[in-house]
Amino acid sequence: MTTTTSRAPLPAATRRRRPFNPRTAGAWALLVLAIAVSVVPFLWVLRTALSTNSALATQSASLLPADFTWGAFLRVFGLQSPADAVAEGGSGATIDFWLYLRNSIIFSSITTAGSVFFSAMAAYAFARLRWKGRNFVFSLFLGTMLVPPIFTALPNFLLIKNLDLLNTMLGMVLPYVFMTPFAIFFLRQFFLNMSREVEEAAMLDGAKHLRIFFQIVLPNAAAPLATLALLTFIGQWNEYFWPLLVGSQDDVRVLQVGLGVFKSQSPQGAPDWSGLMAAVLVSALPVLVLFAAFGKKIVNSIGFSGIK
Amino acid sequence: MTTLAKNTRVAPLESGAPAPRGGFRRLGDLKIALLFIAPAMIGFIVFYVVPTIRGVYLSFTEYNILGDPEWVGVDNYTAIAKDPLFWNSLAVTGQYVFLNIVLQTALALGLALLMNKVAKSTLIRGALLLPWMMSNIIAALLWFWMLDYQIGVVNQFIEWAGLPRVAFFGSEEWAIPTQAIINTWRHMGYTALLIFAGMQAIPGHVYEVAKLDGASPFQTFCKITLPLLRPVLVMVLVVTVIGSFQVFDTVSVTTGGGPVNATRVIQYYIYQRAFTESDFGYGSAIAVILFLILALVAFIQMKFLKGNESDLD
Repeated sequence: MTTTTSRAPLPAATRRRRPFNPRTAGAWALLVLAIAVSVVPFLWVLRTALSTNSALATQSASLLPADFTWGAFLRVFGLQSPADAVAEGGSGATIDFWLYLRNSIIFSSITTAGSVFFSAMAAYAFARLRWKGRNFVFSLFLGTMLVPPIFTALPNFLLIKNLDLLNTMLGMVLPYVFMTPFAIFFLRQFFLNMSREVEEAAMLDGAKHLRIFFQIVLPNAAAPLATLALLTFIGQWNEYFWPLLVGSQDDVRVLQVGLGVFKSQSPQGAPDWSGLMAAVLVSALPVLVLFAAFGKKIVNSIGFSGIK
Repeated sequence: MTTLAKNTRVAPLESGAPAPRGGFRRLGDLKIALLFIAPAMIGFIVFYVVPTIRGVYLSFTEYNILGDPEWVGVDNYTAIAKDPLFWNSLAVTGQYVFLNIVLQTALALGLALLMNKVAKSTLIRGALLLPWMMSNIIAALLWFWMLDYQIGVVNQFIEWAGLPRVAFFGSEEWAIPTQAIINTWRHMGYTALLIFAGMQAIPGHVYEVAKLDGASPFQTFCKITLPLLRPVLVMVLVVTVIGSFQVFDTVSVTTGGGPVNATRVIQYYIYQRAFTESDFGYGSAIAVILFLILALVAFIQMKFLKGNESDLD
């Protein structure tokens, strides 16, 4: 005990010796409650996804999976025969989350890569290049943050329809792939605060802007670019309205839209709860993995991204 | 990251590249700038500027996608003024926005205080942020299950406590509060982190002076923390209001506007008019009205609450 306390940093040691403080204990209790409210629903989803529907109805209060089965996951990936699916409380309609998973990955990756890269280029022009009307154009870009997505979604839908791109991946990614106002704003601020010395030295050596951008600015901005890409990817992964409008067919349908379809196919009186929760978990998993890997980056970026 | 956050808030629009040394580059970097900005400019014009203009134009037309838009002047707007479903959607959305402001801001402020007081660890903040990482659809379906009338765990618990079951999604009086609860659950931790970040920015010596003057914790909170948090709180408020005015996903996947019209919120109504009933002109006109409401919210924030000015400077 003595060795551990002596090794522990000082604040922890003093905290341990402090007498019981009811106010601090109360604060901790509330905090633990808030954490439980945030996290426990996901455990309940897992428990449901591993249960059979008939057992769910009878053992609704037990904490462990009721009548453990992988059936719900098989159903979601279209691996269960329709007869088995119906027997386990599914709708029997074909649903293929592998396909939706693939589509979601393509949709989120392309839009993230495109918008982050093109926004970085634009941000460089706004932060480092000198040209007439720069600040005016920047404030116009910034102004688009105020336009609600629903407002542009209607005309954009018409445009994609006129271009005959409905139900194509190209039509789905186009409005996002060139830039997002937030990404430009975010990166411009970072570029403004970056030291210019290396760039100026390179400039004296005769390097052109394109080389400076690719060989000096981008590598030096790796950290904020990664944070931005993470936040953009998660945002795109969770996007629902636009993919619902433009990608309603199976071969381009993304997970979020697939979830809605799966839910609407579920029998009204006795919904396929375990299947639905398995589908929810599948849809959440990639984001959970990203969060587990880069959680610190995401958490620490929040004070900033709130300006959005 | 925190330094980045601080710098970004104060970096003025005018700063940036200094004048190039030597006056020989009259045109500046215009050519290369055009190259750098070209892709973003295409996206900006094609998917933001043109649709904004087109959206306003469409609101003055009758258009069912198949033919050409037909100019009808302000007919759509006069029809909207007499449309009980529109006023209902406005009222229902207003109720949702109000509930979100109250629930979310109060809970987030409390949570931020707790974090500030007892735990600043990244792990705890991460756990609280988990719901925010999930999509609206996931949040909606998760609670659709948890709050199910028959076998949902929350209703089991309510019954166990000796209370009558609640039809969270099925009853008209509960439908909107339920949607607000789902949204609050998803955003509570995120909003708390924003406020927490604002609290961290308040310099410690302000509190030390208050302590020397014998201020109680409650006084310190009311007289120091809250006023100094004003820019953050205003920002949180505006983000909450603007975000909740555009509620769609959770409604679309759970109640679909029902029961009756209880959750037919503005954006869902626009969606139905434009896409289910192929009435693009009418849908666009409501979208213009929604746009104006949101612009008004942003204007009020700038003008009266002075959310863009900090008292710390």
